[in-house]
Amino acid sequence: MNRLAPAKNEGFAGFVLWSVAAFIVAVFAWLMADILIHGAAQISWDFLSTAPEKAGRRGGILPILVSTLLIMGVCLLAALPIALGTAILLAEFTPEKSAFGRMVRRALDVLAGVPSIVFGLFGNAFFSVYLGLGFSILSGGLTLACMILPLLIRTLEAGLRANPARDRLAAAALGLSYGASLRHILLPGAAPALLAGLLLGGGRAIAETAALVYTSGYVDRMPGSLLDSGRALSVHIFDLSMNVPGGDQNAYASALVLIVLLFIVNVTTAGIVSRWRKTGLAI
Amino acid sequence: MLKILLLFWVLSLQIFLPQHTHAAGKEKTHLVLTGSSTVAPLVSEIARLFEDSHPEIQVDVQSGGSSRGIADARRGLAEIGLVSRDLKENEKDLKAFSIAFDGITIILHRDNPVKKLSNAEIVAIYQGKIKNWEKVGGHDAPITVINKSAGHSTLELFTAYFKLKSTEIHPDVIIGDNAQGIKTLSGNPDAIAYVSIGAAALEAELGTPIKLLPVANISPTLENVQNGRFPIRRPLNLVTQKKPTGWVLRFIQFARSKDVRAVIQEQYFVPLPE
Amino acid sequence: MCGPSFRSNILSPCRSDRNLVILLRLLSAVSGVIVLLIIAFLLKEALPLFQTIGLTRFFSDASWHPTEGRFNIRPMLAGSFLISFGAMGLAAPLALFSGIFSLYYAPQKGARFYQGLITLLAGIPSVVYGLWGLLVLVPLIRKLQAPGASLLAGILILALMILPTIALNAHAALLRVPQALIRGAAALGLSRGQIVKRVVLPLALPGISTGIILGAGRAIGETMAVLMVAGNVVQIPESLFDPVRTLTANIALEMSYALGDHRAALFMSALILMAAVLVLVVAAESIEAKTVYE
Repeated sequence: MNRLAPAKNEGFAGFVLWSVAAFIVAVFAWLMADILIHGAAQISWDFLSTAPEKAGRRGGILPILVSTLLIMGVCLLAALPIALGTAILLAEFTPEKSAFGRMVRRALDVLAGVPSIVFGLFGNAFFSVYLGLGFSILSGGLTLACMILPLLIRTLEAGLRANPARDRLAAAALGLSYGASLRHILLPGAAPALLAGLLLGGGRAIAETAALVYTSGYVDRMPGSLLDSGRALSVHIFDLSMNVPGGDQNAYASALVLIVLLFIVNVTTAGIVSRWRKTGLAI
Repeated sequence: MLKILLLFWVLSLQIFLPQHTHAAGKEKTHLVLTGSSTVAPLVSEIARLFEDSHPEIQVDVQSGGSSRGIADARRGLAEIGLVSRDLKENEKDLKAFSIAFDGITIILHRDNPVKKLSNAEIVAIYQGKIKNWEKVGGHDAPITVINKSAGHSTLELFTAYFKLKSTEIHPDVIIGDNAQGIKTLSGNPDAIAYVSIGAAALEAELGTPIKLLPVANISPTLENVQNGRFPIRRPLNLVTQKKPTGWVLRFIQFARSKDVRAVIQEQYFVPLPE
Repeated sequence: MCGPSFRSNILSPCRSDRNLVILLRLLSAVSGVIVLLIIAFLLKEALPLFQTIGLTRFFSDASWHPTEGRFNIRPMLAGSFLISFGAMGLAAPLALFSGIFSLYYAPQKGARFYQGLITLLAGIPSVVYGLWGLLVLVPLIRKLQAPGASLLAGILILALMILPTIALNAHAALLRVPQALIRGAAALGLSRGQIVKRVVLPLALPGISTGIILGAGRAIGETMAVLMVAGNVVQIPESLFDPVRTLTANIALEMSYALGDHRAALFMSALILMAAVLVLVVAAESIEAKTVYE
């Protein structure tokens, strides 16, 4: 693919790059080892399938897993269409240097810098109080969607812009409608960026804590509907490690579960997107 | 096909935007409690017990801090506010019901040879006048002073008892919650901090390398907090805007009853005296 | 059915495209609306204080003791920027090297594993990074210099956290460089290092800077992990080992207990932070424009 033959006299560059990679892997291994050592003992089928007890120090995390999945679902369902639409508009209909494009990108960059706690307070004021959703999974998911929009949009836009001009011209020459060229050529061409955006955005969303405390809340009961309050995994980890004394072990165990979940999601998403890239978006 | 998906997406979001607001008191079968993150785990457990014996009611506990508890109770966004301190002067229009007590004491690292500190020494350390453990009988090592951030009731209680002004304290590290204080101290044998007795006792029992110091020669035990001998203690309060009735009253009564003593003790807080 | 029918720069527009463009415009408006809503929300909460004490006191008061009417946020603004720039300075080069390594130097299977690792790092909650920092990193730093919870700890943890964001974006940007150019350069006899340095990097620079800007945003907005390891003392640090407090950590620490003016001051500080980010973004864009478009 992008493999290049090494040259004989680039020992130093190669050395630096391998060292950097080794360093990153080492730090990650250190982090994972810490989590495994403290948390692996708690993992069992019971842990994954029962509810928390004694403020989470005992029992399991089933309702929390369900809440997390629901929140993530709402987040991605809400964010993807908006991000895609904005990215397409920016990439295809706005010249790169135009004032409008610069303004929108600037706004997105500023949005990307808003602290998560401010998102939480905003989400609470807007979704929970003003729109009347209360402490709910829906509030949390929508707030998270707002948070990851800049990430998704910027990444997607970059990917779409990278489609070479000859692809667009060929599509036009064939008389394809714009929608068709998007579906069959431009979006699959932006697949790596789409993947990067999804994984980064989704990862950022699942890692988010402060924004969810104020919106989807703290209740660790199994949610009955999207309007129920539900505790996300990251909030649970936070509560167990920083609020409930003696909750460390289950905090680490929950963190381990989260990482494994992330791994599964990442692998699946990468698989879907690479298959889609090869076969075209068959909607 | 794309159009159908889009329609579905828009419709599904519409369905979930309710036509009515989730105002407090509108639905009798749903109680919302918000406030102190210290009280929240305890009240969550109490709520679970309450729900078990009264399946027709749902009690949701959220956190957000004592101030949020007060604000939400006032504005009707929550039926009950959770507050980890006494009510202030300008909050006396609200009604407070204590459900437990919690003490606050000094903690040191387990490996620190110092076994107790007089009130004067504690004040001097926090003011920065004593900078080395040697001066109070420990190793030759600089003292790392850990303080809580402004607004926490533990800080207010601490400064009130030791007659310190918060501007006089020169901390080396400022922390938020008790757990952060305990974790910071467990990694630093030369540090000193003050935290909730309950939290510290639980962690010490689990093996975290900390130890609790007596204050004014009174041991920091849960009994001493309950019988009032231990000098620094705070109530954990349920706060309502007006006199509680209906489910709110029943919940508050339940939270103050004998049935929850075990739960309170499990969380290493101190139940109300018999 | 298809043909030039309405103004846009679609090359062969069709009637069905008209609806599509309307839809796209609607969707794009949403992000703008959100930004405006957030600013409006912050303003609404901060305005009462702004009207009573104005803006300059946030920079000129004696200290930050909001319950006593003192609102100087300069040390915390400094803390935010020192930590963010430090973390960026550390993470950006590492992330770039990481992307180059993954694409051009790593063996095929290893590269997939390595990329997977980086992606995983992106999803670890800040609280986990903070915990690890507090329990492992801070005591280590303390051995060098007390108290351990310091600017350095904050920079290291933050760098670790934003590395995946920058690395993944850089990697995607590097992937987009057209194969033809790379093969052409190889055919001309350039070595791998030379190809990367002179062909790939200049072309991938816009995408890489996107990653860097996004990483910077994450760095400035990060709250939890920094709160756990940076010490939170309100002061302008004189060395890497001094504790600092960032504006975001300040909001997180004090919001639960703040009432009235104090609360409004915290929202004001959030607005000031956003304004500072805007300044930075504009500055970054002008640098980017110079290097890319010249």
